[in-house]
Amino acid sequence: MKTPFLRWIVAATAMTSLFLGVAHAQVDTSKSTVTATSKQMNVPVEGTFKKFTAQLDFDPAKPAAGSAKLSIDTASYDLGDDSYNQQVRGKEWFDTAQYPNATFVSSAIAAAGSNQFNVSGTLTIKGKSANVTVPVKVTQQGATQSFDGALPIKRSQFDIGTGEWKDTSVVADEVVIKFHIIAAKK
Amino acid sequence: MTTVPPLKQRYSATAMSLHWLIALLIVAGFYLGWIMTDIPGFTPTKLKYFSWHKWIGVTVFMLAVIRLAWRLTHRAPELPRGMPPLQKLAAELAHVILYVLMFVIPASGYLYSSAAGIQVVYLGIVPLPTLIGPDTALKVVLKTIHVWLNYTLLVIVAAHTLAALKHHFIDRDGLLARMIPFLK
Repeated sequence: MKTPFLRWIVAATAMTSLFLGVAHAQVDTSKSTVTATSKQMNVPVEGTFKKFTAQLDFDPAKPAAGSAKLSIDTASYDLGDDSYNQQVRGKEWFDTAQYPNATFVSSAIAAAGSNQFNVSGTLTIKGKSANVTVPVKVTQQGATQSFDGALPIKRSQFDIGTGEWKDTSVVADEVVIKFHIIAAKK
Repeated sequence: MTTVPPLKQRYSATAMSLHWLIALLIVAGFYLGWIMTDIPGFTPTKLKYFSWHKWIGVTVFMLAVIRLAWRLTHRAPELPRGMPPLQKLAAELAHVILYVLMFVIPASGYLYSSAAGIQVVYLGIVPLPTLIGPDTALKVVLKTIHVWLNYTLLVIVAAHTLAALKHHFIDRDGLLARMIPFLK
């Protein structure tokens, strides 16, 4: 019978995530947001990634020892219109069937002024990777920490919007990724 | 000058300019609105048409403000003397409705765009304020209102045009010359 084996896997997964939970600050995804804003004919159009996971290990006193890892479900990008959401999952845009996740993995964190940190790392979207540095503002609020930042990227660098969409006169090349991550203080 | 008979009286050059400029913009805006909504999903062309459609709407609204101000401060030439009172009433009523539509159609479209969470950036340069926040339920209502106001516009404009042509070709009462420069 397969059932006991499945149970064992579920238990093992639960144990693993429990240990990971201990190792990383607990991120409250219900209060955190990740958005990407594009400009269509100069009109800012914001979409929200409804699903993502984040693993943060950060102590403001020891920023260099910290790490951040984000994985975003590209199919969860919500522009507020079902037909648009559907289309953005297609091959010309996120190609979510082929590339279900966009990720950011930090490689270095350095202090840059009070509550400001420069987080460097690898951003991977649609299978294309780029080294980026994003300024992050860290705010302490009671038992939680919030991490805020904005990262302008060029969509053409990640093949987002191919074919007729390569023309950046309608949808601008620059897209701003914004995040607001709430995590329990370590 | 004062010898010009009342029937040949024309609208002022300003009134004529505003009438024809707005008429042209309304036709263009209506046509764009008609075809852009038939494009499935979104394409670069569709996004362009949506922007142009909105810019036209904002322009019509602004010109309508000027036109209303002009109309309230200037007398319109009188309708032909022999026109039956009911026809005069119908003409006046149609004009009032057209004036109202020049305001409420762009306004409903603007609010619809706001409710859809999409700001209007006039000519791609001037960001205009979003008057209401994103609201899916309201978006649907405003869309319906915007569409039906436009069907109303289509009917009234058709009546307005046919009436003008009737005056010109059947009644031959010189009414059309009030609004067309150089027409006798």
